[in-house]
Amino acid sequence: MDHQYEKNFMAIPDSVILVTLIGATNWGVGFLTTVAIFAIVALALNLQWGYTGIFNFGVVAFFMIGAYTSALLTLPPPSKFESHILGLELPVLIGWFSAALAGGLLALVIGLPTLRLRRDFLAIATIGVATIIRSIANTTEGFVNRGSGLNGIPRFLDNFTNASDYKWVLLVIMIVMLSAVYFGLQRVTAAPWGRVLRAIRDNEETAMAAGKHTVSFRMQAFVLGGAIMGLAGALWAHRTGSISPTAFNDLFGTFVIWTMVMVGGSGNNKGAVIGALAVGFFWFGTPLIQEDLPDILGTRVFQLRELTVGLLIVLFLLFQPHGLIREKPQVSRFITKRKNMYQQLD
Amino acid sequence: MQLIATHKKPILQVKELMKQFGGNRAVDGATFDVEKGSITGLIGPNGAGKTTCFNCIAGALSPNNGNVIFDEYDITGLPPYRIFDRALIRTFQIPQELTQMSVLENLMLARGGQDGERLWQAWLHPNKIAIQENDLQESALEILELVDLYKHAHETASSLSGGQRKLLELARALMGQPRMILLDEPSAGVNPTLARKLSEHIEMIRDKLGITFLLISHDMDIIERLCDKVIVMTSGHVLIEGSANEVFSNTEVQEAYLGSQYR
Repeated sequence: MDHQYEKNFMAIPDSVILVTLIGATNWGVGFLTTVAIFAIVALALNLQWGYTGIFNFGVVAFFMIGAYTSALLTLPPPSKFESHILGLELPVLIGWFSAALAGGLLALVIGLPTLRLRRDFLAIATIGVATIIRSIANTTEGFVNRGSGLNGIPRFLDNFTNASDYKWVLLVIMIVMLSAVYFGLQRVTAAPWGRVLRAIRDNEETAMAAGKHTVSFRMQAFVLGGAIMGLAGALWAHRTGSISPTAFNDLFGTFVIWTMVMVGGSGNNKGAVIGALAVGFFWFGTPLIQEDLPDILGTRVFQLRELTVGLLIVLFLLFQPHGLIREKPQVSRFITKRKNMYQQLD
Repeated sequence: MQLIATHKKPILQVKELMKQFGGNRAVDGATFDVEKGSITGLIGPNGAGKTTCFNCIAGALSPNNGNVIFDEYDITGLPPYRIFDRALIRTFQIPQELTQMSVLENLMLARGGQDGERLWQAWLHPNKIAIQENDLQESALEILELVDLYKHAHETASSLSGGQRKLLELARALMGQPRMILLDEPSAGVNPTLARKLSEHIEMIRDKLGITFLLISHDMDIIERLCDKVIVMTSGHVLIEGSANEVFSNTEVQEAYLGSQYR
């Protein structure tokens, strides 16, 4: 049997193996680049929901506003076939910075009237805002080029290397950005600030009785999370080169991110990244097997993918509510266990 | 009705406090003082307005009328975190521990004015935060030792028994460096041995640290053993106040609340 397998394998021409390897590498690089962006959004949602218990069901709104802000600032002025505001040809880094500001500002505007109210009000408000923003982008003349979207969004450091190798540059950029967000968040969440957020999530009354201005902390987490989502939107826009309102649907931009956090494990940053990798692999890998599936499944692969995302949420909620990686009871990284503390007192 | 004349300085003054929910006046003109360094009991039948009164004092509810003066400062209607800043701290009838957090960090959370709770400080000055956290940890461990929870420091709060959770509530209040603690039913649901231990802790803390206590309890043994003064509430207002003996022997209190066993 093994001999037969070896014989068959040897019969495959080298060129086919090479093409397959190149294809797999390209897919892998593209996948990791995309997942790095999604992991950043998952980290931001984890800050809002995982740490603070804020129900943001409009993640896509922050992602979208970041993408559009950066695109509009870095694109050249519109041609006669386009109709959008700005087009200032600013450096991409300024676009990214502005995208984060826009995301944070949107969070502030939504949070001011709703963060004092019951938590479900915020959930409803964020869903509504996402729908409104998408609708404005789609229908307002002379704003963001309506349904045709924005195209030719400049790439960051694209003159650094030739076009075929740019994917590697992009991958490094995204991994650097993901690392910066991960370690930045780890620094503040594994600290007294993160301890207050977790206290608010678990029991707001206790946090208030412990002297914490809970609305202020919730606002901080919501705005910081919104800013990171905005930044991720900008990274996405400059990675794909074109964006349109229809691409930012709730399933792709909100619920897939929620699934990532739930599967990975909320309340810990590692979980958010692992969840992004696991769910991202499923989400972006599904189209690859489409041709190998029987017709009855192959033609419905995208619907089945959506169904599976819903199923994943339900299954994890039922059987693994803490996700793949459970949060630790110790929040602050500065706490050290005293030697012999048990022996002394037992 | 005032049974005892007091000359000590009050740390807490509740004046004509009123809290209304729809047509129901849960607190209806309650007026009383709590002396500095005392243990004062607040008793009364269910629905008398004791916990609502607590909530109004601690800022969880905003009263419709009346005033709460703490250490000569009007704290009426202030949010809980501002009242906490003035070193007036409350506990809950049903322990509200953070179950998924360690016992130690339940306590560490409760210290005010931490630099590490400021986002930018946590981001920019980790070394400074590390020093503060170390000091805070020492302080929390001392308090845990005081209430016999030291060896549970690194366990999750959910692993504690009901009685230990009550002790954690008390420890958390102490961690906030209070001048006065509002204790809501500290011995409810606790076995008699632990209830006695709890009352010893309260007395020891008052004697050692000079902290004032106002406590709600239905446990008349604790009230009798601990309280310098007892305030009886009924229908939202103060029926009577005095020493435990004076209150327990009052016929109105017996009829409204205590029953025949105290006659």
